[in-house]
Amino acid sequence: MADEELRDPLATAPGMSSGGPLPPHDLAASLPLVTAGGTGGAAGALDESVGRIRREQLRLLLRSAPFIVGLVLLLWWVVCAIFGRFFVPYNPVNGNLIQFNLAPSGAHWFGTDSLGRDVLSRVIVGAREILIVALLATVLGAAVGTALGLVMGYFRGLVDNVVGRIVDAVLSLPIVIVAFMFLVAVGPSTQTLILVIGLVFALIIARTVRTAVLQERDMDYIAAARLRDESAAHIMFVEILPNVAGPILVEFTVRLGYAIFTVATLSFLGFGIQPPTPDWGTDIANSYQYLAAGYWWETLFPALAIASLVVAINLVGDSIEAVVIR
Amino acid sequence: MTMNVTSPGLDDRLSEAAVVDAAHVDVSYNVRDTDRLAVRDVSFQIGRRESFGLVGESGSGKTTMALAITRYLARNGRVSAGTITVNGQDVASLHRHDLRMMRARTVSMVYQEPGRALNPSIKVGRQVAEVFEIAGLSRPDAAGRAEEALRKVQISDPGRVLRSYPHQLSGGMLQRVVIAMALAAEPNLLILDEPTTALDATVEAEILELVSALRAEFDTAILFISHNLAVIAKMCERVGVMYAGELVEQGPALEVFEQPRHPYTVGLLRCIPRRGQRKDHGRLDTIPGFLPAPGEVPAGCIFAQRCALADERCRTESPPPYAITGDRTSRCHHHDQAPSLPRATPEDVRLPPPDETSAPVISLRGVAKTFTVRHDRVRALDGVDLDLRLGETLGLVGESGSGKTTLARVLLGLTSPDEGSMLELEGKKLAPLAARRARDQLRAMQIVFQNPDSALNRRHSVRHIINRSLSKLAGLSGAAREKSLLEIVRSVRMEPRHLGLRPAQLSGGLKQRVAIARAFAGNPRVLVCDEPTSALDVSVQAAILNLLADLQARERVTYLFISHDLGVVRYLSDRIAVLYLGRVMQYADAETVFTGPHHPYTEALLSAVPSLDGISRERIVLAGEIPSPANPPSGCVFHTRCPRRLSSGICESTEPPLAEVEPGHMMRCHIPAAELRMLQHIEN
Repeated sequence: MADEELRDPLATAPGMSSGGPLPPHDLAASLPLVTAGGTGGAAGALDESVGRIRREQLRLLLRSAPFIVGLVLLLWWVVCAIFGRFFVPYNPVNGNLIQFNLAPSGAHWFGTDSLGRDVLSRVIVGAREILIVALLATVLGAAVGTALGLVMGYFRGLVDNVVGRIVDAVLSLPIVIVAFMFLVAVGPSTQTLILVIGLVFALIIARTVRTAVLQERDMDYIAAARLRDESAAHIMFVEILPNVAGPILVEFTVRLGYAIFTVATLSFLGFGIQPPTPDWGTDIANSYQYLAAGYWWETLFPALAIASLVVAINLVGDSIEAVVIR
Repeated sequence: MTMNVTSPGLDDRLSEAAVVDAAHVDVSYNVRDTDRLAVRDVSFQIGRRESFGLVGESGSGKTTMALAITRYLARNGRVSAGTITVNGQDVASLHRHDLRMMRARTVSMVYQEPGRALNPSIKVGRQVAEVFEIAGLSRPDAAGRAEEALRKVQISDPGRVLRSYPHQLSGGMLQRVVIAMALAAEPNLLILDEPTTALDATVEAEILELVSALRAEFDTAILFISHNLAVIAKMCERVGVMYAGELVEQGPALEVFEQPRHPYTVGLLRCIPRRGQRKDHGRLDTIPGFLPAPGEVPAGCIFAQRCALADERCRTESPPPYAITGDRTSRCHHHDQAPSLPRATPEDVRLPPPDETSAPVISLRGVAKTFTVRHDRVRALDGVDLDLRLGETLGLVGESGSGKTTLARVLLGLTSPDEGSMLELEGKKLAPLAARRARDQLRAMQIVFQNPDSALNRRHSVRHIINRSLSKLAGLSGAAREKSLLEIVRSVRMEPRHLGLRPAQLSGGLKQRVAIARAFAGNPRVLVCDEPTSALDVSVQAAILNLLADLQARERVTYLFISHDLGVVRYLSDRIAVLYLGRVMQYADAETVFTGPHHPYTEALLSAVPSLDGISRERIVLAGEIPSPANPPSGCVFHTRCPRRLSSGICESTEPPLAEVEPGHMMRCHIPAAELRMLQHIEN
């Protein structure tokens, strides 16, 4: 049976009694909680309060190992970003020019770089700028993207078409290239970096939000709102927005991970965070040429820092997604 | 305690034994590490060739029971006590292979949504043939048998159906296919779980008749699950009534429905609108209170909290299934008093009659709506003329696709009608879209939607939802708004404690009450009710219908009441308009529509509805399916399916006008009303 592989096991016709699993709706219908809470339920107010659902979601999150691992890693980097400069063992900016390219040892756990700066100290303090830039860019992207997505999804028509085409055009290029063009034109600065990454993300987030809005706009509560003469702004931000908050939250965490990566990449290329501010991408750029000479610690530790932060954010994001969009 | 007929030597006895024997079955679901009982101490047997019905409202455990029989319970569910045997084999102890064989050969299931039972990306033919391949046939043989199977379920053109994808077929056709697949293995037991709930009345009637016919042919026992008592009465010899996981009453279907001996059955039957019952006369009774929360097991009788007959004993001692007559049981200490269960609502209510003299509140003339779907012009409404008088209820009936909801949306300004359509509210022209209508006109017309889950914003509290309407429509704020809020919540029989909750925390009935409260917040003059009770259980439906009737009397509101349920429409409506393919076919007093003369389409609709009153009309079979509104038939749009089509050919060539055949009685038919009356009188 060649078709067998093509067949979604969940779609097996129940009448065939082939022993396959049930269609999903029957599984759901067999859960007493779901049936009693459905539209046909004769029960009164159910005991599932909103607070309880929230607590339940939190409990599920705290029980998931990936979430805990991600959260601990993320918190570590946040602590480094905020308080790092108070507990670094050495001055991360001014090195001891005599002690350059020292291998990891008891005095310099991560060794020193070609300018004699302590790699551990630079890694710790390097969390600060990248987190600030990435976070602000993502916040900007989420805010603008949400507004844009609501407008596109709610009004459809011309706005949707025009913005949709712009989104397609921008997204056909890698974000690094787009950012590159802007930074070359305007000149690299932290503000430009935030603005460029934020705006590109806004377009991506807008597309996600728009899809979520499209599912909501045909719901009858929107018709009811129109029948009581609500303004478009009220319908978008008071009626629809709370119902698309889940996808926005998920998109936010995913984008934050990408933002870290983008900032690090641009810094590596020299268009991101500018020296002398300690930064992981810049440090890798400055040290990778010494890899062949065997000074691996100068590249490895900043690279590990970037990887661990991105992975941490993705672990947290995936766990939240699994709980929110269940 | 349990019958044991599993020893293989008893072949002779097996053939006489029950196909299904459920003995003292408990089913529990594990939710958050606690077991919640969903089914409690249920025992029943289904004999060979017998048709057994399980009836009850949502959450009563009907489907759970069916899943337990086939061991298809969700992963967190299990049969925690008792035994279920199928053909004498204990289902719980079957090994993997035997279980597969049982599902493949002995038991088949048909579900509510035929569209979801078939794989959308594989042609129907392949899916049907596969069943035969599993049964061991070669591929070419299986294909041949597939065609034969479809012929058996009365599909006239099996070749076309086999070559189609599921989405190309109508719901009724798909359900036939699913039934054909279920019967392919000639099972001993066919489980039908709400098989017609998603279908139109005329299609439902066809499917039910098909099942009856096939049952005789295939010699199979049937477990028929439905919330619809009339369907069960039509289809089943014996019935079990389930409530909150218990089988409260069991016996021969007709006896149970004619002389119920459990207060729940009594109450349930009183919730269903029957012939002669109207909102003012012979009011529907309601069952007070709510279903116990899932998993909650009260000390005594499970129904005691809602039962007017309950006494101390009921609250402490769980009633056993008392035997009433030979094969009838009732789990009620007072089963002999059950028929005299006191009513929860008064029988007769004085309602002011609609104002027939004043000018119409709403006047529609030549209302048409054409949708453009991929270059096809689909005429959803065509030349609709209707008047709504002050304080009356105009019932709008018709099958899906007849344009009922489109008409409601056009009236409200949610969909703009075609050029030339005339809509007037109290003599003033209505702009085509709500956004261009005056605030006062918007206020005057509100709607209660079918599905409260979609109609209520799930992120807003009840308080927010109603308050917003009070501020926007009634222009209230502060203390005055709070006062109105409490008043309106009380008038829809909710309590202030519900105000802080969100829709997800309310039951279906309470959600619909919130929607009604919201609609009434701005003191509307016209309320459109678009299938407001079709997503609700019958006991909840009765309460909502009575609430609507009371609110109408108090507020002098005009209703446009849309429903596919003729019983409900008859109960509530003063006048009725019957829609078919976007045209009004008949338009008259409610009683006239039901007593005749009927338009042939109305006649077919009426005859399709199964009734609890025991009078089974000769059913009129409508040929074919509803034509596509994109390509309506020439002449009278109903002629393709009309059993009374005239031989002169006028029906095919000329569309009859909507003519006044009697005072206040409009009909769109070439056959004179007197002749229709005569024909229909003779046949019934």
